[in-house]
Amino acid sequence: MSDGIVARFSIDYPGFSLGVDLRLPGSGVTALFGPSGSGKTTCLRAIAGLERPRGGGYLSVNSEVWQDDAKRLFVPTHRRPLGYVFQEPSLFPHLSVRGNLEYGLKRAAGAGEGDGLERTAEILGIAALLDRGPEKLSGGERQRVAIARALLTRPRLLLLDEPLASLDLRRRHEILPYLERLHDELEIPSIYVSHMPDEVARLADHLVLLDKGSVIASGPLQETLARLDLPAAFTDDAGVFIEARIAGHDQADELTRLDFAGGTIYVPRRRPPTSAGRVRCRIEARDVSLTLQKQAGTSILNLIPAVVVDMAPTEHAAQVLVRLDAGGTPLLARITQRSWKTLGLEPGSRVWAQVKTVVLIG
Amino acid sequence: MTLGGAFSDSDLEAIWLTVELAALVTALLLIIGSPIAWWLARTPSRWKRPLAAIVALPLVLPPTVLGFYLLVAMGPHGPIGELTQSIGLGLLPFTFAGLVVASVVYSLPFMIQPLQNAFEAIGERPLEVASTLRAGPLDRFFSIAVPLARRGFIAGAILTFAHTVGEFGVVLMIGGNIPGETRVASVLIYDHVEAFQYAQAHWLSGLLVVFAFAVLVSVGTLTAAGNTARR
Repeated sequence: MSDGIVARFSIDYPGFSLGVDLRLPGSGVTALFGPSGSGKTTCLRAIAGLERPRGGGYLSVNSEVWQDDAKRLFVPTHRRPLGYVFQEPSLFPHLSVRGNLEYGLKRAAGAGEGDGLERTAEILGIAALLDRGPEKLSGGERQRVAIARALLTRPRLLLLDEPLASLDLRRRHEILPYLERLHDELEIPSIYVSHMPDEVARLADHLVLLDKGSVIASGPLQETLARLDLPAAFTDDAGVFIEARIAGHDQADELTRLDFAGGTIYVPRRRPPTSAGRVRCRIEARDVSLTLQKQAGTSILNLIPAVVVDMAPTEHAAQVLVRLDAGGTPLLARITQRSWKTLGLEPGSRVWAQVKTVVLIG
Repeated sequence: MTLGGAFSDSDLEAIWLTVELAALVTALLLIIGSPIAWWLARTPSRWKRPLAAIVALPLVLPPTVLGFYLLVAMGPHGPIGELTQSIGLGLLPFTFAGLVVASVVYSLPFMIQPLQNAFEAIGERPLEVASTLRAGPLDRFFSIAVPLARRGFIAGAILTFAHTVGEFGVVLMIGGNIPGETRVASVLIYDHVEAFQYAQAHWLSGLLVVFAFAVLVSVGTLTAAGNTARR
């Protein structure tokens, strides 16, 4: 059994310092999320051993210690069983796609033989490209080769540094399904650096929020997103993700019915229709308004009964952020301070959340 | 007049000696120069600039100055001389071996500078990627740095070879003018001119002009190809 990832270190640069003390789950995807310059990449590089933190650092991955400055232990990068996917694909230009894939495969202890390469290439949709040179590939293909190359070393920790950032929207959508598939099939933990909420929502189970070199929050995805005590950088487009199950399609109105712990919501039907059972949706706080009674005669479809948990001011003096509990699922609503007073809301109040927009993510 | 007839036996001997010397010096500098260039390209050390300056000294020093110090160092009371005597090699001045040692020092910048530039152009990233794929430092050097810097290796080798062929002052200071041992083409041209053998001097000089031209064209082509590839 694993005891997860323990990472404790600090790094100083002129004008920037990073200090983290993290305990992350030993399986599933952890997203490191934050604005640019928050230290996400530096954090990932330190975990990989590409940056040498100053004294006092400690790092262990599922009870394997990679760094313990108290014992003068620092395992160099090439002896850490990890896979790293950089922001740019960074394929070796002097090797073919196959040569790139074999580079790590040949050097990793206990990595699979030839069929592992063929199978991984198949999963990532690059089997037809094996004999080409990297310069002949599209950006999306290159990044898939880079992901396959990292996976073939049979890492015990997969680190991904914004692997989609260098790609345009179309290429991004070309790779996301592969990453999701990895998420479902991989048994090893991975850490995913991103500044895109949608990517985080689709892939992550655990969320770490970084800002100005320190950890603002760390916890399971839904809980962490629904927190009210986060700095403006995060609350500006505050929102939650809910896990739902597709319950049916309404042919006549082109709607899909989703059931989640707090009730039922409708989203526009997708073409081609999503068949998978479980989906994630994003509901932004600014798309949620509150009423005391269930409204009749409203154009808004999605009315969800909920209980007020607490309230926090936002960076805009007129507005407040209200945290709700809908049958165990957290929701956020951004309303005016005046409405909060007029409706006489307080923790424990029963309300109806009117949700204007639900974005079906994956 | 055939080409064979244009060169006397002593000319051919000098040409062959020159090629031998240049090839040996190039091979030695590939081995000695690579680690120095690698270190210079990657170190954050404050000794980097002084060391780079020492490597570049032969570019600006008169060959006689360099030759003088090497002669003293390799002489019976110099540090190199005492070393070679103690291990039974005797003294190096006025031998082919002495010429090789002097030429290695004199041609050092011509190998190291193209190599250092090529190593610097690789950047940190490919090496970091290799280390995340389990490649240790030596492995990274041979599997990533060397193939990616191959243009630097080729340019360095060509320039070193050509520069050694064209060497005169240091040869005269260290090696003198011993036929079959230290009398290379450039020295022989000097001898021909001294002896008013202008025809002989013309042939040898012409050969060196053609050689130098070919070298510069090939290095130029190589550099242009590198730029296109990068674009």
